Amino acid sequence: MKGISFGQYYPASSVFHRMDPRAKIILAVLYIVSTFLCKNVLSFAALTISALLLVILSRIPLRIMLRSLRPILFIVVFTSAINIFATRGAHRLTPEHWWLAIYEEGLWNALFMVLRIVCLILSTSIFLTYTTTPVSLANALERLLSPLKRIKIPVHDFAMMMTIALRFIPTLSEETEKIMNAQKARGANFTTGSLFARAKALIPILVPLFVSAFNRAFELATAMECRCYHGGEGRTQLNVLHYRASDFVAILLLVGFGVGLWFLNRVDFLYRLG
Amino acid sequence: MDKIYLENIRYVYSPDTPFEQVALDDVTLGIRKGCITGIIGHTGSGKSTMMQLLNGLAKPTDGRVLLDGFDINSTFDDVFDAWREREEYAKLSKRAAKKEIRGQLAELRRTLCFRVGLVMQYPEYQLFEETVYKDIAFGPANMGLEEDEIRARVLEAAAFTGLDEALLDQSPFDLSGGQKRRVALAGILAMRPEVLVLDEPAAGLDPRGRKMIFERVCDYQRNTGSTVLIVSHSMEDMARYCDDVVVLKDAKVLMHGEMNEVFSHISELSDTGLDIPQVTRLALALRERGVPISENIYTVEDATKALRALFSQQKDGKEASV
Repeated sequence: MKGISFGQYYPASSVFHRMDPRAKIILAVLYIVSTFLCKNVLSFAALTISALLLVILSRIPLRIMLRSLRPILFIVVFTSAINIFATRGAHRLTPEHWWLAIYEEGLWNALFMVLRIVCLILSTSIFLTYTTTPVSLANALERLLSPLKRIKIPVHDFAMMMTIALRFIPTLSEETEKIMNAQKARGANFTTGSLFARAKALIPILVPLFVSAFNRAFELATAMECRCYHGGEGRTQLNVLHYRASDFVAILLLVGFGVGLWFLNRVDFLYRLG
Repeated sequence: MDKIYLENIRYVYSPDTPFEQVALDDVTLGIRKGCITGIIGHTGSGKSTMMQLLNGLAKPTDGRVLLDGFDINSTFDDVFDAWREREEYAKLSKRAAKKEIRGQLAELRRTLCFRVGLVMQYPEYQLFEETVYKDIAFGPANMGLEEDEIRARVLEAAAFTGLDEALLDQSPFDLSGGQKRRVALAGILAMRPEVLVLDEPAAGLDPRGRKMIFERVCDYQRNTGSTVLIVSHSMEDMARYCDDVVVLKDAKVLMHGEMNEVFSHISELSDTGLDIPQVTRLALALRERGVPISENIYTVEDATKALRALFSQQKDGKEASV
């Protein structure tokens, strides 16, 4: 657990790592829209190629990349099963007397769904979690949502809360580990016994953890006040975000990609979603 | 035989990730039984990791940790063949023997943390019970002792660490920092470990608190004949209380031996980024200016003695010359 920051930020040097985090959020949104634009074989093929390109450009090892897909494995299997067995169409593949009928359309639908989900997860992990630190992500969100300040939504405060929460996740997890070790050293046992016994075994961890979390919160609040923090009003930043030409190029490219998908959708080839 | 023997220990944090970090690199080390061994090293030299290996909290990436000659991380396959030959298992059928050995091994693992008591850094953060009494009793209760025995041990440990009996019914959160530290220490001592491991036991305490903690630990060692390991980066404390000293540097053992022997290489130690005691620095500076004072001076008491001797020598010398 030691040394690993929250999220899965993977330090490397790639175009995405250098990009402005705001641009990356916009790109992620555009890419999500693109995945839903796809309707037929050609556009899905283009989507798959683009996802592979993203993986290559991000310079993140494939092993790590695949790790992000592990949690959605169940959803992928489940939706493809539903699509395969629940879609009715014109081309039946299994014999008449089989109880569960499989149609050609079902297989296509399942394939498309899987591609869509996988591309969705891959792209958001590449644009956001793997190449952007949580803190710069929160910062970017604050800047992107700053127009909402006009309608009295405390965007800065939300962003600050998010930043603090993210900042303290590794600290607290380290603390939890320390406390767990300390209690284990006194013979505490968290893994065996009835459900009730195990829940009770958590008390020696939770009590010290809460005590220290509250202490930390008070200390942090004092420290912030000592440095005259009084909310976002008139606050400037040390590292001001700057869009660069490459950010605009990337956004334009992705918009172009979306338009391209729209045209590809109009070509009739093999199969298209209803 | 050494009480604890670390054999070619290697420990790596987050292996196979960009955050990989070697905390201990091929460390081989024997800890003498019934001695107080100090482990000193700069921050990040692997001290705390080594402590956690001793009671099985952390498992070495490579190498073995032997306690009384037995590898504490032995698996069933490791021990089966050897144990099968033992008298108590020889008579049993193979299946019964397997079950027995498995049970025996599990019991050994369970009791390991009671045999090797580990007091972590800033142990006051582990307090959680409603009363001091209950908190000290947590360890002994986990050992499965009888109520009377627990009570006896808690009272003994509390008295030993200088906690007033009236404090036992208070909430541990109402105590002062030094008192909390003593409660945490009592919680470990109440388990009567044969090896006591302390990670920076005096960190953040005032001089009186430091002295109190170290003296209690020394008393415990003397009364029970147990083996004690103290991690610290204060060479002065080490010099005062330890028999042996291990110096760690960059995940490796730099020096190991009796305290006087190790500390006589003090000029080499200064490269490890450790704080050389002020009095030692004073003695070295005096020597540089031609004062014939011993260089093995690590505590204020040493210095007092050496300077006294020096002054009386000088006086004698003067009288003789007159």
